[in-house]
Amino acid sequence: MKPRHKRIAIAAGVLSVVGVAAALVLNAFQSNLVFFYSPSQIESKEAPTGRTFRLGGLVVAGSVKRTGVAVNFLVTDTAKTVPVHFEGILPDLFKEGKGVVAQGQLRDGVFQAKEVLAKHDENYMPPEAAEALKNAAKSNEKTAATMMNGATK
Amino acid sequence: MIPEIGHFLLWLALGGSLVLGVVPLAGATWGRADWMAVARPITYALFALVAAAFACLVASFVRHDFSVLYVASNSNTALPLQYRIAGVWGGHEGSLLLWVQMLCVWMVAVARFSRHLPQAVLARILSVMGLVCVGFLLFMLITSNPFDRLFPAPADGRDLNPLLQDPGMVTHPPMLYMGYVGFSVAFAFAIAALIGGNLDATWARWTRPWTTIAWMFLTLGIAMGSSWAYYELGWGGWWFWDPVENASLMPWLLGTALIHSLAVTEKRNSFKSWTVLLAILAFSFSLLGTFLVRSGVLSSVHAFATDPRRGLFILAFLTVVVGSSFALYAWRAPTVGLGARFALLSKETALLANNVLFLVAAGAVLQGTLYPLFLDALGLGKISVGPPYFDSVFLPLMVPTVFLMGIGPMARWKEVELPALALRLRWAAGAAVLASLLTGWLAGEIRPVATLGLMMAYWIFTTVATDLWERIRPNGMGLSIAAQRVRQIPRALAGMMVAHLGVGVFCFGVVMVKAYEVERDVQMNVGDSTTVNGYTFTFRGVKELQGPNYQAVQGQMEVARADKKLTDLHPEKRVYRVQQNPMTEADIDAGVTRDLYVSLGEPVESGAWIVRVYVKPFINWIWGGCLLMALGGLLAVSDRRYRRKQGVQTP
Repeated sequence: MKPRHKRIAIAAGVLSVVGVAAALVLNAFQSNLVFFYSPSQIESKEAPTGRTFRLGGLVVAGSVKRTGVAVNFLVTDTAKTVPVHFEGILPDLFKEGKGVVAQGQLRDGVFQAKEVLAKHDENYMPPEAAEALKNAAKSNEKTAATMMNGATK
Repeated sequence: MIPEIGHFLLWLALGGSLVLGVVPLAGATWGRADWMAVARPITYALFALVAAAFACLVASFVRHDFSVLYVASNSNTALPLQYRIAGVWGGHEGSLLLWVQMLCVWMVAVARFSRHLPQAVLARILSVMGLVCVGFLLFMLITSNPFDRLFPAPADGRDLNPLLQDPGMVTHPPMLYMGYVGFSVAFAFAIAALIGGNLDATWARWTRPWTTIAWMFLTLGIAMGSSWAYYELGWGGWWFWDPVENASLMPWLLGTALIHSLAVTEKRNSFKSWTVLLAILAFSFSLLGTFLVRSGVLSSVHAFATDPRRGLFILAFLTVVVGSSFALYAWRAPTVGLGARFALLSKETALLANNVLFLVAAGAVLQGTLYPLFLDALGLGKISVGPPYFDSVFLPLMVPTVFLMGIGPMARWKEVELPALALRLRWAAGAAVLASLLTGWLAGEIRPVATLGLMMAYWIFTTVATDLWERIRPNGMGLSIAAQRVRQIPRALAGMMVAHLGVGVFCFGVVMVKAYEVERDVQMNVGDSTTVNGYTFTFRGVKELQGPNYQAVQGQMEVARADKKLTDLHPEKRVYRVQQNPMTEADIDAGVTRDLYVSLGEPVESGAWIVRVYVKPFINWIWGGCLLMALGGLLAVSDRRYRRKQGVQTP
């Protein structure tokens, strides 16, 4: 085999690896990107059904109801509220009135959470939750602002 | 007084590193031996200064000096001594100091163990590392001084994050940083060679042990972090594709590629410019990792309080380092030359393919890690890229990598006969297929993806065994000769075999856990039992417990198998007094073939608890595999040819 052919073969090999990888990446991106929606967006039917996404906001005080392993609670961005259903153990820092991010799918108006995330710092506000509150605050200024201050303090 | 002394020492260290970054480099350029000669003494002095500053910070922690802001935010009078010391790297400022401290350790090691290097080469290497040190000291002194005072001093500190109060905190960060920072040595060797224009097999032989040691520490550091997350975070996962984990995985992938490419450069004098590029990239990814973790663009357990100036500084530093190294590379690399020729089917090609695969894998991880940040920065919305993305991209890339791993070591340099190679590997391939099917059958269910994964693991085992067999007993010789031949295998080769076996053990663990673990969240009253995978867990209730700086509720779970009691597990739910954070402490009965994992969820009505009960088959093989990989690295660097005294060459 001539050196030139060899170089072409190696270049072709490298390109095909990169090409396959690019295809994998794009394909995985298509199906696995998880978008974020706020309760207001869900209320206005912007969120997809049958696709996994993230929901963020504050856990409404007094809304957490446990029945065995299953737990139901409400998540609000101060303007709108979405019911959430989850089965399993909530993270240590899950608290009423605090920020939360849940990942799962919307079914019949109830968000079926597969995962509930709360980070490991009492003062921490998940950025998605903060964002949702901020957006809602634009339409609902006073209450949201006070709630946010309380939550991020 | 002590904090002021520490602060002052850091400024002195900055001065020292500036001198180190300029004078020996200039000396090497103009051939001034006296200028080059200062490199080594200044390196030692720099190390002493930073170590003294570090000791000042440790002293402030140990003495509960809460007038130091950093101590007040990360310690408390009730904090046990070992965590007060580990608390030094529990926050942003201190972990930067640890970074610089590790850099100085590496610099001293280079100065000490590179006496055989030509003076100009050593001068350039230490200068480059000195410049890196300048960057980090400036960063620390400008934006994140660990010795800042706090007026008035509080009576008590805010305590170390309870998550970090664990033996893992004492070992994981220093190990990981040793690895991260260790790539600066390979980087400095590469830059020095680009400046000096002396890139050859000798250069590769000098660089190899340093890179391998750094890689070893990084492997151990990542494995420790992973096992820590497994038992501490309380939900039984061992890898989350968290951006911070990715930040350590990317340099590891590039470091692995670099080790293999250095082998080709040393043995065959090929891939030279490619190796240099990898050395630059590996260190750039270490810096990128530091940026990701420390700038606050990510929110995770590892990210600390944010200050936009910090992110900006690291980004600027990153740009300067990466930009100038690439500029130098573009300017000098064409003179490096391509090296010896090789045929399309050869060990060189196998290793090249390995490199491409590792690089592409690192690129895919980078994409998944940075894309959400990128979109967010442009205001295009918030998204997240989770484990499914990484699983579906990373795993397909690892299949050919592992396949090549079986072939590469058996292939010959320069040219390989494919039919002959296939013949040599036919038993290995057959055994791997049979063993994976058998394992699936024994585990209770043969699943396609799991079988493929097991096949990969067994493929590594069988090919390493074949390789060993060929080396010790080519023509049916007696046992005593075979034993003698085992002893004659060079350490470097044995290291490679052990490290590859480690990858196999790791793969085996991952596949078994992924495919056959059982996780169950269940509500249990006192006296209730639940059976998972043949193990019966009986809940015996909870009791109160007092820790040194926390209160806890401790559950008692009796584990039995076939009506025979095995053990009692005591998972805890702790509340640390100062920060009032609840913390889940899982309890694990670890074993070679399985872990039994129990953690407490939350109490429900009348003494019942939600409890998490997991059975994780072969999970310890994951970290065992990493240990083997590191052990392989250790064997490889202890090879005779690195210990041999090499005559001083004049440039």
